[in-house]
Amino acid sequence: MRQHEIVEKNIGLMIVLIVIAISFGGLTQIVPLFFQDETTQPVEGLRPYTAVELEGRDIYIREGCVSCHSQMIRPFRSETERYGHYSVAGESVWEHPFLWGSKRTGPDLARVGERYSDDWHRAHLINPRDVVPESKMPSYPWLQENVLTGKHTARKMEVMRKLGVPYTDEDIAGATEAVKGVAEIDALIAYLQHLGTVISDRR
Amino acid sequence: MSNFWSGYIIALTVVFLVLITWLLFATRKGQQVDQTTETTGHNYDGIEEYDNPLPRWWFMLFIATLVFTVIYLILYPGMGKFPGVLGWTQVNQYEREVSRAEAQFAPIFANYSEMSIADVARDEEARRIGQRLFATNCSVCHGSDARGAFGFPNLTDNDWIWGGEPEQIMTTLRQGRQAAMPAWLAVIGEEGVRNTAGYVRHLAGLESEGVDLEAGKQVFNTNCVACHGPDGKGNPLLGAPNLTDDVWLYGSSMLQVQHTIRAGRNGNMPAQAHLGEDKLHMLAAYVYSLSLEDK
Repeated sequence: MRQHEIVEKNIGLMIVLIVIAISFGGLTQIVPLFFQDETTQPVEGLRPYTAVELEGRDIYIREGCVSCHSQMIRPFRSETERYGHYSVAGESVWEHPFLWGSKRTGPDLARVGERYSDDWHRAHLINPRDVVPESKMPSYPWLQENVLTGKHTARKMEVMRKLGVPYTDEDIAGATEAVKGVAEIDALIAYLQHLGTVISDRR
Repeated sequence: MSNFWSGYIIALTVVFLVLITWLLFATRKGQQVDQTTETTGHNYDGIEEYDNPLPRWWFMLFIATLVFTVIYLILYPGMGKFPGVLGWTQVNQYEREVSRAEAQFAPIFANYSEMSIADVARDEEARRIGQRLFATNCSVCHGSDARGAFGFPNLTDNDWIWGGEPEQIMTTLRQGRQAAMPAWLAVIGEEGVRNTAGYVRHLAGLESEGVDLEAGKQVFNTNCVACHGPDGKGNPLLGAPNLTDDVWLYGSSMLQVQHTIRAGRNGNMPAQAHLGEDKLHMLAAYVYSLSLEDK
């Protein structure tokens, strides 16, 4: 096929053809998901993060927790026995960005909420080895000293609302008030204690 | 999935398969018996390139992937709403896995469920099962040796905050526990805190300096006896620890005891009901067995 040479020698045409070839995969596998109830509708009982939880989530992102902790329980018995019910898409519809992660140096945290006491989380974040001697997780002692100001909380919630999270005007109006003066460690714990609690552990 | 999206996926998949099949054959150069001496016509600094066809085995690999695709799309879901001949789904694969395990393990658990917790605690194999369950679900707070940590009770010492009888342990596991020691600073003042701390340490046989034991005793009798009892031996119904046995959940130093009295303590054991009665039964027996030698 001599035309092959035309493609090889014409980089613009080659780019167009490559894009067409690759886009078939995305068009077939990804695009339909944007229109399925299963992937776009929240599970029953899902509520948006409170202002404090949202700030806690940003601390989770800032400290890079996602690098070592996934939030995605796969549908295998070996995982559900340890972590609880497997994750479903409807739990993540208001996650921007999602924090599913792909690395489990530490355990999965998708359903860590209500599993341990607040005191445990506090001790564990300040120095993990105080409660789990064999732990290799870093210590995060500054979380108890840093205090949130709530300066950007309302703005963050407005952006979330633009992305489709159903925050009300009251939520946003009260955000700064709710967050101001809260220690970072408490915000992070509030976030962790809510993780995965919408679906009960066993279905 | 709506019919539209189902059709959309099927159409794209088929068009793509037809296109790559066409591409594969359209760009194929006829097979030759021997290697060719024909070149591509490229000549760079005297280096030329032979124009050999794709080896047959390589070409057949492409064909094999196409055959695999067709078989796969018949057996497994892929073509829109068509569920595949095997009826496979991610969820039913998971459920098969769970029910296989259920069939294997349920009789073992059922067997132990009929025995009393005290009897299960004396069964060597049951203790091994319990130990695994403990390592997975409890060791994060209570430690892999069950000896606890600061703020998390030692389960091996036969000193029980909420009671150590089998039924009490079951209740603790099933419903969790929320301790509620209030902060006393506002009520008894800093001096009251110091004296009471000294008196509490005295109850456990520890000496403290610069403390008015008599004043501490008075504060204790007014404020603390409701939960910890007049002799300080505690009350498992309220989760009030025995203060006389020199076992300390939050430390025994003067500073630590003072802090406990000043700010209160609200230890929380989360409920474990989600593990199911059978496993809780095994766990209760394991925890009970840890201090069995002392009984």
